[in-house]
Amino acid sequence: MPSVRHIAPAGGDVLILVGTMKGLFVLRSNGARKRWEPGGPYSIGSPVYAAAFDQRHGRHRLWWTQQSFRWGTSLASSDDYGRTVTEPQTYSIKFPAESGVTLKNIWQICVNAADQPDTLYCGVEPSALFESRDAGASWSLVQGLFNHPHRAKWTPGGGGMCLHTIVPHPTDRKRMMVAMSTGGVYRTVDGGKTWEARNQGVRADFLPEKHPEFGQCVHKIVQDSANPQRLFLQNHWGLYRSDDSGDSWKDIANGVPSDFGFCMVAHPHDPDTVYIVPIESDEYRCTPEGKLRVYRTRNAGASWEALTRGLPQKNALETVLRDCLSADTLDPAGIYLGTRSGKVYGSSDEGKSWQLIAEGLPAVVCVKAAVVESGAKHASRPRAKGRKTRPTRKVATKRVAASRKLARRK
Amino acid sequence: MALTFHIPSYLAAFAGDSNSLSLDGSPATMRDALAALWVLHPGLRDRVVDEQGEVRQHINIFVGNECIRFADGLATPVPDGSEVLIVPAVSGG
Repeated sequence: MPSVRHIAPAGGDVLILVGTMKGLFVLRSNGARKRWEPGGPYSIGSPVYAAAFDQRHGRHRLWWTQQSFRWGTSLASSDDYGRTVTEPQTYSIKFPAESGVTLKNIWQICVNAADQPDTLYCGVEPSALFESRDAGASWSLVQGLFNHPHRAKWTPGGGGMCLHTIVPHPTDRKRMMVAMSTGGVYRTVDGGKTWEARNQGVRADFLPEKHPEFGQCVHKIVQDSANPQRLFLQNHWGLYRSDDSGDSWKDIANGVPSDFGFCMVAHPHDPDTVYIVPIESDEYRCTPEGKLRVYRTRNAGASWEALTRGLPQKNALETVLRDCLSADTLDPAGIYLGTRSGKVYGSSDEGKSWQLIAEGLPAVVCVKAAVVESGAKHASRPRAKGRKTRPTRKVATKRVAASRKLARRK
Repeated sequence: MALTFHIPSYLAAFAGDSNSLSLDGSPATMRDALAALWVLHPGLRDRVVDEQGEVRQHINIFVGNECIRFADGLATPVPDGSEVLIVPAVSGG
């Protein structure tokens, strides 16, 4: 088992939460974002498909998912950057027994706006949305979406049938968009009671009908930083923009080497500015021409420019998955990406230049960046009855001992 | 006569830091025995069975040397004094 390092961030530091197929790593830097200190791994051996940092209400709380192939999928959290990890006694995200459904994975943790400091959402597999109103102590299934008549016809994509994207409206608390593979985009305007498919203009190359009401394999949607009605969408083939809160989508794949891809992130401050990493095809699923290129639009998709300085442009057969592109909120903004080959690249100048900030990690499946707020105090929390552990060293020691015993037997 | 559960190390934290648990009473089947175990140690339940109450795919439960998957599943009888082992299956990647 690997040894575990803990970080001790200060206000103004930048964190990158890196979820991998073998645990969570937390990278820390100061505002210059030139040198990175690694922390973790946490939940050693478990795929971590989702992570989030909740700083509302004075918290400094890391959330992440642990998908154990043995023990099932659960949420873990830490209020001290991993030194103490809390796992609930009973899993907090579960389908009701009468639903006949079992949880396979948690794909997204969404920390809602500051004026709702105790609200969180999780998107899960099979596709469903869970909501917490008590800072994550308890969760409930959003029945309005779960009971949608379309649900029986949502089908799994390559990664499973997952609700992977949650976009709350920044001011209207009753409005929210979600995206799933496959199924497409759905929107509620009444706080989750009812949901409507919002996929007009988005194509589904893998279906006989190329523009169905729903069933598209949407990989990611993001919201414009200034105009919440403007959204961008990376599809399983197709790059789109909506200017009417998802009522309609128009093709904006202007000058990109491929309109296939997984990830997408909006600039945190600059309107009309979005980043993507094109992938060659849905069969090959690697960067075109062996070049790792981030593409950026600064005009809402009218044109895209390749950002390559510091990124490998030879023999770079990389895959960047749907949650592996992220931005911090500094000015200039930092942009970060993680690859399936276990590398993390970062840019502290909005993508103009890049540096390799971690390598040799397990396959990266989630990257989330955040700036640590100054002056926030560690908050007391309402907890589900659970265990607090200093898990990594204690458990690791036991496991090493057990494996040695096994080796002696052999 | 008591029933004895042997718990894998990972789950000991959810079983009072113990790898071995005695259960009084005479549960007729493995389903009954597990239901009694969940009452004593609720943290074990979600890790051993899913929302539908089925034993997770990569966990095996033995009564003595017999894996309940190849017997009657959760309806497998549990004789008095049985040793029940909850064992992580050989799997993963």
